[in-house]
Amino acid sequence: MGFFLETLIGGLMAGMLYSLVALGFVLIFKASGVFNFAQGAMVLFAALAMARFAEWITALTGLDNLLVANLIAFVLAGAVMFAVAWLVEYLVLRHLVNQEGATLLMATLGITYFLDGLGQTIFGSDIYKIDIGMPKEPLMLFESVFEGGLLVSQEDLIAAGISAALVAMLTLFFQKTSTGRALRAVADDHQAAQSIGIPLNRIWVIVWCVAGVVALVAGMIWGSKLGVQFSLSAVALRALPVVILGGLTSVPGAILGGLIIGVGEKLSEVFLGPYVGGGIEIWFAYVLALVVLLFRPQGLFGEKIIDRV
Amino acid sequence: MSDKRIGDVILDVKNISLAFGGVKALTDISFDVREHEIRAIIGPNGAGKSSMLNCINGVYTPQKGTIAFRGQTFDHMDSRQVAEMGIARTFQNLALFKGMSVLDNIMTGRNLRIKSNILLQALRIGPAEREEMQHRAYVEQIIDFLEIQAYRKTPVGQLPYGLQKRVDLGRALALEPKVLLLDEPMAGMNVEEKQDMCRFILDVNDEFGTTVVLIEHDMSVVMDISDSVVVLDYGKKIGDGTPEEVRNNPEVISAYLGTSH
Repeated sequence: MGFFLETLIGGLMAGMLYSLVALGFVLIFKASGVFNFAQGAMVLFAALAMARFAEWITALTGLDNLLVANLIAFVLAGAVMFAVAWLVEYLVLRHLVNQEGATLLMATLGITYFLDGLGQTIFGSDIYKIDIGMPKEPLMLFESVFEGGLLVSQEDLIAAGISAALVAMLTLFFQKTSTGRALRAVADDHQAAQSIGIPLNRIWVIVWCVAGVVALVAGMIWGSKLGVQFSLSAVALRALPVVILGGLTSVPGAILGGLIIGVGEKLSEVFLGPYVGGGIEIWFAYVLALVVLLFRPQGLFGEKIIDRV
Repeated sequence: MSDKRIGDVILDVKNISLAFGGVKALTDISFDVREHEIRAIIGPNGAGKSSMLNCINGVYTPQKGTIAFRGQTFDHMDSRQVAEMGIARTFQNLALFKGMSVLDNIMTGRNLRIKSNILLQALRIGPAEREEMQHRAYVEQIIDFLEIQAYRKTPVGQLPYGLQKRVDLGRALALEPKVLLLDEPMAGMNVEEKQDMCRFILDVNDEFGTTVVLIEHDMSVVMDISDSVVVLDYGKKIGDGTPEEVRNNPEVISAYLGTSH
């Protein structure tokens, strides 16, 4: 029982990170109809920026307070992501309005490689550490409830807390502010949004900024767990089945989809893995997503698109 | 309606020509719209009515001609700038924000006027809260006016068609426009819904003094509520005048009924 719960919780924690990356996909797709392949590259770029800024700040100023240095690095990296968002909109997307989805996808594929390269040129291509002072030792819970208790990583708990706070902030932003309302409006109907004076270009910059911040948080957490390295970019591919599962147009879908995939991966690895041989973790998510596609092509929570024939 | 104070020219359309590749949608169209009037644009299918409206709305940029709004000429405008100038519109095929509630849909129409800081808005404090309440009050007035109080919190996607059309109108009204462009506000409605919509259009025109430009298929509706009518056929203007004049115009009659040559 304890072991099952531990696996389950481990899966939820891993799923939370998938959710964050998937959220980045969904935000941009909803608002602009662009499937942003570069989300993973943005995670890597943001994490690299933050890791290096933190390093440079401590080296240059002799600041030894880890938290302050990281906070400044976070803000600076956020500013870098805003600049990336603005440049992407200004230099690429603005000129591709009303193009085919495939064209836009190819454009973001280009951005992916460009960002991967640029990030390593500016920030270097070694493995860097983001040390935000996460406690590494696990926590023993519910020892009195059942035998052996429950071993939970403190690091994962804090990561989950940060993710939840981010989602709460985004919800507040989307539901309570006029900009959030405008974002939702643009997501539903471009032309109507323009007709009431909502500037599409500015909205797209904002949504890329938000996706950039989401990427930064994901990169920060992932980077502090695994180190900041090139493979972070591939993390995005692990989140693709999440997006398919949850539906490309649904924010709750991205979050729940991430959790389902995270839990599914861990449980299948631990309980099915021994029978079918290892490595199930790698393809399980894709199979799960494919099965969902068979029954619900729009994903679990996605909008059903009905076209007039 | 005889006591209506129809004012000066508010919208002046001059020599507009619009083509999509080789297809001429509009050829040399000129007409004007006076303040406070209800101006109808009619014509058979494919006559270019919606194209005309889209030119005024800045969705299309005509190859030739100018459009002047309150004396100011514009030729390279997008819809957003047109909205800022005080021209709002509704859509022929509903273009509402389906996932949002009726209230939120109409609130988006106030977006141009909301000025407070986004952080204050998110936390709902201080001046942001006051501002939100002011706009909310205005939107409530519109909701009362359109008699959709009961559906305030309903996602618009779930409403029947006739009510969705009202929400579309409400969103446009929330901009407090000088000119309201209505693209077939009564298309697909039953008789009762049409009567309601007619009443709302007349009331908007009457109470707020809003100038209305509307496209409509239903001739009886047009004759009932409009002050003057422009008739288009194959992208050309074939008639312009009061409903009475237009009705007796032989060219208009042949365009609608066909003539034997």
